[in-house]
Amino acid sequence: MENQIFELQYAMDTFYFLVCGALVMWMAAGFAMLEAGLVRAKNTTEILTKNVALFAISCIMYLVCGYAIMYGGGIFLDGIEAFDLAGVLSASAENGFDGDSVYSGASDFFFQVVFVATAMSIVSGAVAERMKLWAFLVFAVFMTGVIYPLEGSWTWGGADVFGMYNLGDLGFSDFAGSGIVHMAGAAAALAGVLLLGARKGKYGPNGEVHAIPGANLPLATLGTFILWMGWFGFNGGSVLKLGDAANAHSVAMVFLNTNAAAAGGAVAALIVGRILFGKADLTMLLNGALAGLVAITAEPSTPTPLLATLFGAAGGVLVVFSILTLDKLKIDDPVGAISVHGVVGLLGLLLVPVTNADVSFSGQIIGAATIFIWVFVASLIVWGILKAVMGIRVSEEDEYEGMDIADCGMEAYPEFVKG
Amino acid sequence: MKLVTAVIKPFKLDDVREALSEIGVQGITVTEVKGFGRQKGHTELYRGAEYVVDFLPKVKIEVAIAESSLDQVIEAIAKAANTGKIGDGKIFVTTLEQAIRIRTGETGEDAI
Repeated sequence: MENQIFELQYAMDTFYFLVCGALVMWMAAGFAMLEAGLVRAKNTTEILTKNVALFAISCIMYLVCGYAIMYGGGIFLDGIEAFDLAGVLSASAENGFDGDSVYSGASDFFFQVVFVATAMSIVSGAVAERMKLWAFLVFAVFMTGVIYPLEGSWTWGGADVFGMYNLGDLGFSDFAGSGIVHMAGAAAALAGVLLLGARKGKYGPNGEVHAIPGANLPLATLGTFILWMGWFGFNGGSVLKLGDAANAHSVAMVFLNTNAAAAGGAVAALIVGRILFGKADLTMLLNGALAGLVAITAEPSTPTPLLATLFGAAGGVLVVFSILTLDKLKIDDPVGAISVHGVVGLLGLLLVPVTNADVSFSGQIIGAATIFIWVFVASLIVWGILKAVMGIRVSEEDEYEGMDIADCGMEAYPEFVKG
Repeated sequence: MKLVTAVIKPFKLDDVREALSEIGVQGITVTEVKGFGRQKGHTELYRGAEYVVDFLPKVKIEVAIAESSLDQVIEAIAKAANTGKIGDGKIFVTTLEQAIRIRTGETGEDAI
Protein backbone atom coordinates (compact mmCIF):
# COMPACT_ATOMS: atom_id res chain seq x y z
CA MET A 1 0.00 0.00 0.00
CA GLU A 2 2.71 2.44 1.03
CA ASN A 3 4.68 1.65 -2.11
CA GLN A 4 1.64 2.34 -4.24
CA ILE A 5 1.24 5.72 -2.62
CA PHE A 6 4.93 6.45 -3.22
CA GLU A 7 4.46 5.52 -6.85
CA LEU A 8 1.46 7.79 -7.06
CA GLN A 9 3.43 10.62 -5.48
CA TYR A 10 6.24 10.07 -7.98
CA ALA A 11 3.72 10.13 -10.78
CA MET A 12 2.04 13.28 -9.51
CA ASP A 13 5.27 15.22 -8.95
CA THR A 14 6.59 14.16 -12.34
CA PHE A 15 3.35 15.09 -14.03
CA TYR A 16 3.30 18.46 -12.25
CA PHE A 17 6.87 19.15 -13.43
CA LEU A 18 6.00 18.31 -17.02
CA VAL A 19 2.87 20.45 -17.12
CA CYS A 20 4.72 23.40 -15.59
CA GLY A 21 7.55 22.87 -18.09
CA ALA A 22 5.05 22.99 -20.94
CA LEU A 23 3.66 26.25 -19.50
CA VAL A 24 7.16 27.75 -19.41
CA MET A 25 7.81 26.52 -22.94
CA TRP A 26 4.78 28.56 -23.97
CA MET A 27 6.58 31.67 -22.66
CA ALA A 28 8.70 31.40 -25.82
CA ALA A 29 5.52 32.29 -27.70
CA GLY A 30 5.01 35.21 -25.32
CA PHE A 31 8.49 36.60 -25.96
CA ALA A 32 8.09 36.11 -29.70
CA MET A 33 4.79 38.02 -29.78
CA LEU A 34 5.97 40.76 -27.41
CA GLU A 35 9.08 41.37 -29.47
CA ALA A 36 7.29 41.12 -32.82
CA GLY A 37 4.84 43.74 -31.55
CA LEU A 38 7.46 46.19 -30.32
CA VAL A 39 9.72 46.23 -33.38
CA ARG A 40 8.93 47.91 -36.68
CA ALA A 41 7.08 45.97 -39.37
CA LYS A 42 10.23 45.66 -41.47
CA ASN A 43 11.99 43.61 -38.77
CA THR A 44 9.19 41.22 -37.88
CA THR A 45 10.13 38.08 -39.82
CA GLU A 46 13.69 38.33 -38.54
CA ILE A 47 12.73 38.66 -34.86
CA LEU A 48 10.36 35.72 -35.18
CA THR A 49 13.08 33.65 -36.85
CA LYS A 50 15.41 34.53 -33.99
CA ASN A 51 12.87 33.54 -31.36
CA VAL A 52 12.11 30.13 -32.81
CA ALA A 53 15.74 29.36 -33.67
CA LEU A 54 17.06 30.40 -30.26
CA PHE A 55 14.53 28.18 -28.54
CA ALA A 56 15.60 25.19 -30.60
CA ILE A 57 19.31 25.94 -30.10
CA SER A 58 18.77 26.27 -26.35
CA CYS A 59 17.11 22.86 -26.20
CA ILE A 60 19.93 21.20 -28.13
CA MET A 61 22.81 22.88 -26.30
CA TYR A 62 21.33 22.22 -22.87
CA LEU A 63 20.94 18.58 -23.89
CA VAL A 64 24.48 18.37 -25.26
CA CYS A 65 26.38 19.85 -22.31
CA GLY A 66 24.38 22.54 -20.46
CA TYR A 67 22.51 20.24 -18.10
CA ALA A 68 25.68 18.28 -17.31
CA ILE A 69 27.56 21.50 -16.45
CA MET A 70 24.70 22.77 -14.28
CA TYR A 71 23.65 19.64 -12.40
CA GLY A 72 26.29 17.03 -13.17
CA GLY A 73 25.71 13.76 -14.99
CA GLY A 74 26.90 12.80 -18.42
CA ILE A 75 26.88 14.90 -21.55
CA PHE A 76 24.12 14.15 -24.05
CA LEU A 77 21.97 13.28 -20.97
CA ASP A 78 23.73 9.95 -20.83
CA GLY A 79 21.74 7.47 -18.75
CA ILE A 80 18.62 9.63 -18.31
CA GLU A 81 16.49 7.02 -20.07
CA ALA A 82 17.08 4.41 -17.34
CA PHE A 83 14.24 3.79 -14.90
CA ASP A 84 14.82 2.16 -11.52
CA LEU A 85 11.62 1.45 -9.59
CA ALA A 86 13.41 0.01 -6.58
CA GLY A 87 15.56 3.15 -6.37
CA VAL A 88 12.49 5.37 -6.60
CA LEU A 89 10.72 3.49 -3.81
CA SER A 90 13.72 3.46 -1.50
CA ALA A 91 14.35 7.18 -2.08
CA SER A 92 10.69 7.91 -1.38
CA ALA A 93 10.75 5.79 1.76
CA GLU A 94 13.87 7.61 2.93
CA ASN A 95 12.43 11.06 2.27
CA GLY A 96 8.97 10.30 3.61
CA PHE A 97 5.86 11.97 2.32
CA ASP A 98 6.87 15.51 3.21
CA GLY A 99 10.58 15.32 2.38
CA ASP A 100 12.38 16.23 -0.82
CA SER A 101 10.50 15.40 -3.97
CA VAL A 102 11.28 12.29 -5.97
CA TYR A 103 10.50 12.60 -9.65
CA SER A 104 11.70 11.44 -13.04
CA GLY A 105 15.07 12.84 -14.06
CA ALA A 106 13.71 13.32 -17.57
CA SER A 107 11.00 15.62 -16.23
CA ASP A 108 13.66 17.61 -14.38
CA PHE A 109 15.60 18.11 -17.61
CA PHE A 110 12.45 19.12 -19.45
CA PHE A 111 11.58 21.67 -16.77
CA GLN A 112 15.12 23.10 -16.63
CA VAL A 113 15.64 23.34 -20.37
CA VAL A 114 12.79 25.75 -20.92
CA PHE A 115 14.37 28.14 -18.38
CA VAL A 116 17.51 28.34 -20.50
CA ALA A 117 15.40 29.28 -23.49
CA THR A 118 13.73 31.99 -21.40
CA ALA A 119 17.07 33.52 -20.47
CA MET A 120 18.10 33.54 -24.12
CA SER A 121 14.77 35.02 -25.27
CA ILE A 122 15.48 38.04 -23.08
CA VAL A 123 18.59 38.80 -25.12
CA SER A 124 16.84 38.80 -28.48
CA GLY A 125 14.49 41.67 -27.62
CA ALA A 126 17.23 44.01 -26.44
CA VAL A 127 19.40 43.59 -29.53
CA ALA A 128 16.46 43.65 -31.95
CA GLU A 129 16.34 45.58 -35.24
CA ARG A 130 20.09 45.82 -35.78
CA MET A 131 21.96 42.63 -34.83
CA LYS A 132 22.95 40.11 -37.48
CA LEU A 133 20.84 36.98 -37.25
CA TRP A 134 23.74 34.52 -37.50
CA ALA A 135 25.95 36.31 -34.99
CA PHE A 136 23.06 36.18 -32.56
CA LEU A 137 22.52 32.46 -33.09
CA VAL A 138 26.23 31.70 -32.58
CA PHE A 139 26.06 33.64 -29.32
CA ALA A 140 23.04 31.56 -28.33
CA VAL A 141 25.17 28.42 -28.61
CA PHE A 142 27.67 29.75 -26.03
CA MET A 143 25.09 31.34 -23.77
CA THR A 144 22.91 28.25 -23.46
CA GLY A 145 25.72 25.70 -23.62
CA VAL A 146 28.19 27.25 -21.16
CA ILE A 147 27.58 30.76 -19.77
CA TYR A 148 24.13 30.15 -18.27
CA PRO A 149 24.76 26.55 -17.13
CA LEU A 150 27.91 27.57 -15.25
CA GLU A 151 26.21 30.27 -13.17
CA GLY A 152 23.30 27.88 -12.77
CA SER A 153 25.69 25.31 -11.29
CA TRP A 154 26.84 27.85 -8.66
CA THR A 155 23.27 28.63 -7.63
CA TRP A 156 20.67 25.92 -8.18
CA GLY A 157 23.40 23.36 -8.81
CA GLY A 158 25.04 24.09 -5.43
CA ALA A 159 28.63 24.05 -6.75
CA ASP A 160 31.38 26.40 -5.55
CA VAL A 161 32.11 29.48 -7.67
CA PHE A 162 35.39 28.49 -9.36
CA GLY A 163 36.17 26.57 -6.17
CA MET A 164 36.35 29.81 -4.16
CA TYR A 165 33.07 30.24 -2.27
CA ASN A 166 29.61 28.75 -2.11
CA LEU A 167 26.61 31.02 -2.60
CA GLY A 168 24.25 28.73 -0.70
CA ASP A 169 26.49 28.88 2.36
CA LEU A 170 26.46 32.69 2.18
CA GLY A 171 22.66 32.76 2.48
CA PHE A 172 21.84 33.28 -1.19
CA SER A 173 18.46 32.17 -2.47
CA ASP A 174 16.69 32.66 -5.79
CA PHE A 175 13.49 30.62 -5.85
CA ALA A 176 12.60 30.59 -9.54
CA GLY A 177 15.30 32.77 -11.07
CA SER A 178 14.89 36.56 -10.80
CA GLY A 179 18.67 36.61 -10.88
CA ILE A 180 19.68 33.22 -12.25
CA VAL A 181 17.43 33.42 -15.30
CA HIS A 182 16.18 36.98 -15.74
CA MET A 183 19.11 39.12 -14.61
CA ALA A 184 21.49 36.70 -16.34
CA GLY A 185 19.64 37.15 -19.63
CA ALA A 186 19.66 40.91 -19.15
CA ALA A 187 23.41 40.93 -18.38
CA ALA A 188 24.14 39.12 -21.65
CA ALA A 189 21.79 41.53 -23.43
CA LEU A 190 23.50 44.58 -21.91
CA ALA A 191 26.91 43.36 -23.05
CA GLY A 192 25.54 42.87 -26.56
CA VAL A 193 23.82 46.26 -26.68
CA LEU A 194 26.96 48.08 -25.50
CA LEU A 195 29.03 46.57 -28.32
CA LEU A 196 26.22 46.95 -30.84
CA GLY A 197 25.18 50.58 -30.35
CA ALA A 198 21.76 52.15 -30.69
CA ARG A 199 19.41 51.82 -33.63
CA LYS A 200 19.99 54.52 -36.22
CA GLY A 201 17.86 57.54 -35.47
CA LYS A 202 17.04 56.59 -31.90
CA TYR A 203 19.12 59.33 -30.30
CA GLY A 204 19.73 62.85 -31.62
CA PRO A 205 23.12 64.61 -31.50
CA ASN A 206 22.04 66.68 -28.48
CA GLY A 207 20.81 63.76 -26.45
CA GLU A 208 17.22 63.84 -27.72
CA VAL A 209 15.39 60.54 -27.50
CA HIS A 210 13.36 59.78 -30.63
CA ALA A 211 10.49 57.36 -30.36
CA ILE A 212 10.54 54.38 -32.71
CA PRO A 213 7.00 53.06 -32.25
CA GLY A 214 6.38 49.33 -32.37
CA ALA A 215 4.38 48.02 -35.29
CA ASN A 216 1.77 45.92 -33.56
CA LEU A 217 0.61 46.66 -30.04
CA PRO A 218 -2.12 43.98 -30.08
CA LEU A 219 0.64 41.38 -30.56
CA ALA A 220 2.72 42.93 -27.78
CA THR A 221 -0.30 42.75 -25.48
CA LEU A 222 -1.01 39.14 -26.42
CA GLY A 223 2.66 38.32 -25.77
CA THR A 224 2.48 39.88 -22.32
CA PHE A 225 -0.59 37.86 -21.39
CA ILE A 226 1.07 34.66 -22.66
CA LEU A 227 4.12 35.41 -20.50
CA TRP A 228 1.87 36.16 -17.53
CA MET A 229 0.23 32.76 -17.97
CA GLY A 230 3.49 30.92 -18.54
CA TRP A 231 4.86 32.44 -15.34
CA PHE A 232 2.54 30.23 -13.30
CA GLY A 233 4.61 27.32 -14.59
CA PHE A 234 7.85 29.22 -14.10
CA ASN A 235 7.22 30.04 -10.42
CA GLY A 236 4.67 27.37 -9.59
CA GLY A 237 6.85 24.59 -11.00
CA SER A 238 9.83 25.83 -9.02
CA VAL A 239 8.18 24.50 -5.84
CA LEU A 240 9.35 21.20 -7.42
CA LYS A 241 6.63 19.21 -5.72
CA LEU A 242 2.88 18.90 -5.48
CA GLY A 243 2.49 15.47 -3.90
CA ASP A 244 1.58 16.38 -0.31
CA ALA A 245 -0.76 18.82 1.41
CA ALA A 246 1.88 21.28 2.59
CA ASN A 247 3.48 21.56 -0.83
CA ALA A 248 0.13 21.75 -2.60
CA HIS A 249 -0.66 24.73 -0.40
CA SER A 250 2.75 26.21 -1.19
CA VAL A 251 2.07 25.85 -4.92
CA ALA A 252 -1.27 27.61 -4.48
CA MET A 253 0.43 30.48 -2.61
CA VAL A 254 3.00 30.80 -5.39
CA PHE A 255 0.28 31.00 -8.05
CA LEU A 256 -1.61 33.56 -5.99
CA ASN A 257 1.44 35.72 -5.27
CA THR A 258 2.73 35.53 -8.83
CA ASN A 259 -0.58 36.81 -10.14
CA ALA A 260 -0.84 39.48 -7.44
CA ALA A 261 2.65 40.81 -8.21
CA ALA A 262 1.88 41.07 -11.93
CA ALA A 263 -1.27 43.02 -11.14
CA GLY A 264 0.62 45.31 -8.77
CA GLY A 265 3.34 45.95 -11.34
CA ALA A 266 0.84 46.72 -14.08
CA VAL A 267 -1.18 49.21 -12.04
CA ALA A 268 1.93 50.91 -10.68
CA ALA A 269 3.46 51.36 -14.14
CA LEU A 270 0.15 52.63 -15.52
CA ILE A 271 -0.11 55.27 -12.80
CA VAL A 272 3.55 56.30 -13.02
CA GLY A 273 3.20 56.63 -16.80
CA ARG A 274 0.09 58.79 -16.40
CA ILE A 275 1.86 61.07 -13.92
CA LEU A 276 5.07 61.37 -15.96
CA PHE A 277 3.69 61.58 -19.51
CA GLY A 278 0.08 62.64 -19.02
CA LYS A 279 -1.16 59.59 -20.95
CA ALA A 280 -1.81 55.93 -20.32
CA ASP A 281 1.29 54.40 -21.95
CA LEU A 282 0.38 50.86 -23.02
CA THR A 283 3.93 49.60 -23.56
CA MET A 284 4.95 50.81 -20.10
CA LEU A 285 1.90 49.06 -18.67
CA LEU A 286 2.99 45.83 -20.37
CA ASN A 287 6.54 46.23 -19.08
CA GLY A 288 5.08 46.96 -15.64
CA ALA A 289 3.16 43.69 -15.51
CA LEU A 290 6.28 41.77 -16.53
CA ALA A 291 8.36 43.72 -13.99
CA GLY A 292 5.92 42.67 -11.27
CA LEU A 293 6.39 39.05 -12.33
CA VAL A 294 10.19 39.32 -12.36
CA ALA A 295 10.20 41.01 -8.94
CA ILE A 296 8.28 38.18 -7.26
CA THR A 297 10.14 35.36 -9.01
CA ALA A 298 13.02 35.31 -6.51
CA GLU A 299 10.63 34.44 -3.67
CA PRO A 300 6.94 33.87 -4.46
CA SER A 301 6.19 31.47 -1.61
CA THR A 302 6.82 33.43 1.61
CA PRO A 303 5.29 36.92 1.09
CA THR A 304 1.69 37.60 2.06
CA PRO A 305 -0.54 38.41 -0.93
CA LEU A 306 -0.53 42.08 0.04
CA LEU A 307 3.27 42.14 0.20
CA ALA A 308 3.45 40.30 -3.13
CA THR A 309 1.27 43.01 -4.69
CA LEU A 310 3.48 45.71 -3.21
CA PHE A 311 6.69 43.97 -4.37
CA GLY A 312 5.20 43.79 -7.86
CA ALA A 313 4.24 47.46 -7.66
CA ALA A 314 7.79 48.36 -6.66
CA GLY A 315 8.96 46.54 -9.80
CA GLY A 316 6.37 48.40 -11.88
CA VAL A 317 7.56 51.80 -10.63
CA LEU A 318 11.23 50.92 -10.97
CA VAL A 319 10.91 49.63 -14.52
CA VAL A 320 9.52 52.92 -15.89
CA PHE A 321 12.32 54.97 -14.38
CA SER A 322 14.88 52.39 -15.47
CA ILE A 323 13.69 52.54 -19.10
CA LEU A 324 13.89 56.35 -19.07
CA THR A 325 17.33 56.27 -17.46
CA LEU A 326 18.73 53.77 -19.97
CA ASP A 327 17.49 56.03 -22.76
CA LYS A 328 19.32 58.98 -21.16
CA LEU A 329 22.47 56.83 -21.17
CA LYS A 330 21.81 56.04 -24.86
CA ILE A 331 21.51 52.32 -24.14
CA ASP A 332 18.94 51.38 -26.76
CA ASP A 333 16.68 48.52 -25.73
CA PRO A 334 13.64 48.35 -28.07
CA VAL A 335 11.52 46.18 -25.77
CA GLY A 336 12.79 47.23 -22.33
CA ALA A 337 14.30 43.80 -21.59
CA ILE A 338 17.32 45.07 -19.65
CA SER A 339 15.07 47.11 -17.36
CA VAL A 340 12.36 44.48 -16.90
CA HIS A 341 14.61 41.48 -16.38
CA GLY A 342 17.89 43.01 -15.21
CA VAL A 343 17.11 45.98 -13.00
CA VAL A 344 13.91 44.50 -11.61
CA GLY A 345 15.55 41.06 -11.38
CA LEU A 346 18.07 42.61 -8.99
CA LEU A 347 15.23 44.19 -7.03
CA GLY A 348 13.59 40.76 -6.79
CA LEU A 349 16.75 39.25 -5.30
CA LEU A 350 17.09 42.06 -2.77
CA LEU A 351 13.45 41.69 -1.64
CA VAL A 352 13.86 38.02 -0.67
CA PRO A 353 15.29 38.63 2.85
CA VAL A 354 12.28 40.83 3.67
CA THR A 355 10.02 37.78 3.95
CA ASN A 356 12.44 34.85 4.11
CA ALA A 357 14.49 34.83 7.32
CA ASP A 358 16.83 32.10 6.02
CA VAL A 359 18.23 34.46 3.41
CA SER A 360 20.71 37.28 4.04
CA PHE A 361 21.06 40.62 2.26
CA SER A 362 24.80 40.14 1.97
CA GLY A 363 24.29 36.71 0.40
CA GLN A 364 21.85 38.19 -2.10
CA ILE A 365 24.24 41.00 -3.00
CA ILE A 366 27.20 38.65 -3.44
CA GLY A 367 25.05 36.26 -5.45
CA ALA A 368 23.71 39.01 -7.70
CA ALA A 369 27.21 40.40 -8.25
CA THR A 370 28.57 36.92 -9.03
CA ILE A 371 25.85 36.19 -11.59
CA PHE A 372 26.03 39.62 -13.18
CA ILE A 373 29.81 39.87 -13.43
CA TRP A 374 30.23 36.37 -14.79
CA VAL A 375 27.48 36.58 -17.39
CA PHE A 376 28.33 40.15 -18.39
CA VAL A 377 32.06 39.59 -18.78
CA ALA A 378 31.75 36.19 -20.48
CA SER A 379 29.12 37.60 -22.85
CA LEU A 380 31.22 40.66 -23.57
CA ILE A 381 34.11 38.39 -24.57
CA VAL A 382 31.92 36.21 -26.82
CA TRP A 383 30.19 39.21 -28.43
CA GLY A 384 33.61 40.86 -28.86
CA ILE A 385 35.06 37.83 -30.63
CA LEU A 386 31.97 37.59 -32.85
CA LYS A 387 32.26 41.29 -33.65
CA ALA A 388 35.87 40.85 -34.72
CA VAL A 389 35.33 37.63 -36.65
CA MET A 390 31.98 38.03 -38.42
CA GLY A 391 30.57 41.38 -37.32
CA ILE A 392 27.48 41.67 -35.17
CA ARG A 393 25.72 44.65 -36.75
CA VAL A 394 23.95 44.78 -40.08
CA SER A 395 24.94 47.46 -42.62
CA GLU A 396 23.29 50.86 -42.46
CA GLU A 397 21.43 50.17 -45.68
CA ASP A 398 20.13 46.82 -44.45
CA GLU A 399 19.02 48.45 -41.22
CA TYR A 400 17.09 51.07 -43.20
CA GLU A 401 15.52 48.53 -45.57
CA GLY A 402 14.74 46.18 -42.72
CA MET A 403 16.22 42.97 -41.40
CA ASP A 404 13.41 40.93 -42.94
CA ILE A 405 14.70 41.42 -46.46
CA ALA A 406 18.39 41.51 -45.49
CA ASP A 407 18.45 38.35 -43.35
CA CYS A 408 15.36 36.37 -44.34
CA GLY A 409 14.53 37.58 -47.84
CA MET A 410 10.90 37.74 -46.84
CA GLU A 411 8.58 40.36 -45.44
CA ALA A 412 6.17 39.69 -42.61
CA TYR A 413 3.41 41.72 -44.23
CA PRO A 414 3.95 41.56 -48.01
CA GLU A 415 1.85 44.02 -49.99
CA PHE A 416 2.92 44.46 -53.56
CA VAL A 417 3.50 40.88 -54.53
CA LYS A 418 2.37 38.86 -57.53
CA GLY A 419 0.59 35.57 -57.16
CA MET B 1 -19.52 74.06 -64.63
CA LYS B 2 -17.42 74.07 -61.52
CA LEU B 3 -15.43 71.47 -59.63
CA VAL B 4 -15.57 72.02 -55.89
CA THR B 5 -12.78 70.28 -53.96
CA ALA B 6 -13.08 70.31 -50.20
CA VAL B 7 -10.57 68.94 -47.67
CA ILE B 8 -12.36 68.29 -44.38
CA LYS B 9 -12.04 66.53 -41.07
CA PRO B 10 -12.81 62.83 -41.54
CA PHE B 11 -15.46 62.71 -38.84
CA LYS B 12 -17.46 65.43 -40.66
CA LEU B 13 -17.84 63.39 -43.84
CA ASP B 14 -21.32 62.07 -43.07
CA ASP B 15 -22.60 65.55 -42.18
CA VAL B 16 -21.25 66.99 -45.43
CA ARG B 17 -22.66 64.15 -47.50
CA GLU B 18 -26.09 64.67 -45.97
CA ALA B 19 -25.97 68.43 -46.49
CA LEU B 20 -25.06 67.97 -50.14
CA SER B 21 -27.81 65.41 -50.68
CA GLU B 22 -30.34 67.83 -49.21
CA ILE B 23 -29.55 70.48 -51.80
CA GLY B 24 -29.81 67.98 -54.64
CA VAL B 25 -26.18 67.13 -55.41
CA GLN B 26 -26.23 63.89 -57.41
CA GLY B 27 -22.78 62.49 -56.69
CA ILE B 28 -19.49 63.08 -54.94
CA THR B 29 -16.07 61.46 -54.98
CA VAL B 30 -14.31 60.88 -51.66
CA THR B 31 -10.61 60.20 -51.11
CA GLU B 32 -8.71 59.61 -47.89
CA VAL B 33 -5.74 61.96 -47.95
CA LYS B 34 -2.97 63.21 -45.66
CA GLY B 35 -1.46 66.65 -45.40
CA PHE B 36 -0.81 69.64 -43.23
CA GLY B 37 -2.00 73.21 -43.03
CA ARG B 38 -1.84 75.69 -40.20
CA GLN B 39 -2.69 72.90 -37.81
CA LYS B 40 0.72 71.39 -38.64
CA GLY B 41 1.06 67.85 -37.36
CA HIS B 42 0.43 66.67 -33.86
CA THR B 43 2.56 64.90 -31.28
CA GLU B 44 2.13 61.34 -30.10
CA LEU B 45 3.80 59.55 -27.22
CA TYR B 46 5.67 56.22 -27.19
CA ARG B 47 7.47 54.91 -24.13
CA GLY B 48 7.87 58.39 -22.70
CA ALA B 49 9.29 59.96 -25.88
CA GLU B 50 7.18 62.38 -27.92
CA TYR B 51 7.21 62.20 -31.68
CA VAL B 52 5.62 64.41 -34.31
CA VAL B 53 3.20 63.09 -36.87
CA ASP B 54 3.74 65.60 -39.71
CA PHE B 55 0.77 64.72 -41.90
CA LEU B 56 -2.72 64.45 -40.57
CA PRO B 57 -5.44 62.30 -42.08
CA LYS B 58 -8.17 64.26 -43.89
CA VAL B 59 -10.94 63.47 -46.33
CA LYS B 60 -11.04 65.09 -49.78
CA ILE B 61 -14.43 65.52 -51.43
CA GLU B 62 -14.83 66.36 -55.09
CA VAL B 63 -18.17 67.60 -56.43
CA ALA B 64 -18.88 68.55 -60.05
CA ILE B 65 -21.80 70.98 -60.26
CA ALA B 66 -23.58 73.50 -62.45
CA GLU B 67 -22.33 77.04 -61.97
CA SER B 68 -25.77 78.13 -60.76
CA SER B 69 -25.61 75.98 -57.63
CA LEU B 70 -22.03 76.92 -56.67
CA ASP B 71 -22.89 79.24 -53.77
CA GLN B 72 -25.36 76.76 -52.35
CA VAL B 73 -22.81 73.93 -52.45
CA ILE B 74 -20.05 76.01 -50.85
CA GLU B 75 -22.42 77.12 -48.12
CA ALA B 76 -23.57 73.56 -47.46
CA ILE B 77 -20.04 72.21 -47.16
CA ALA B 78 -18.75 75.13 -45.13
CA LYS B 79 -21.62 74.87 -42.68
CA ALA B 80 -21.57 71.09 -42.31
CA ALA B 81 -17.81 70.79 -41.93
CA ASN B 82 -17.36 73.66 -39.49
CA THR B 83 -16.32 72.96 -35.92
CA GLY B 84 -14.73 76.35 -35.27
CA LYS B 85 -11.45 74.70 -34.33
CA ILE B 86 -8.15 74.64 -36.18
CA GLY B 87 -7.94 71.96 -38.87
CA ASP B 88 -11.45 72.25 -40.31
CA GLY B 89 -10.03 72.25 -43.83
CA LYS B 90 -10.46 74.23 -47.04
CA ILE B 91 -12.68 74.50 -50.11
CA PHE B 92 -11.18 75.04 -53.56
CA VAL B 93 -13.20 75.93 -56.64
CA THR B 94 -12.00 75.38 -60.19
CA THR B 95 -13.64 75.76 -63.55
CA LEU B 96 -14.63 72.49 -65.14
CA GLU B 97 -14.27 72.41 -68.91
CA GLN B 98 -16.17 69.31 -69.77
CA ALA B 99 -18.03 66.37 -68.23
CA ILE B 100 -19.13 63.21 -69.98
CA ARG B 101 -21.37 60.45 -68.67
CA ILE B 102 -19.68 57.31 -69.93
CA ARG B 103 -22.81 55.14 -70.12
CA THR B 104 -24.93 57.45 -72.30
CA GLY B 105 -22.45 59.81 -73.87
CA GLU B 106 -24.26 62.87 -72.43
CA THR B 107 -22.02 65.90 -72.03
CA GLY B 108 -21.93 69.15 -70.08
CA GLU B 109 -24.40 69.85 -67.30
CA ASP B 110 -26.57 66.94 -68.42
CA ALA B 111 -23.78 64.62 -67.39
CA ILE B 112 -23.40 65.78 -63.77
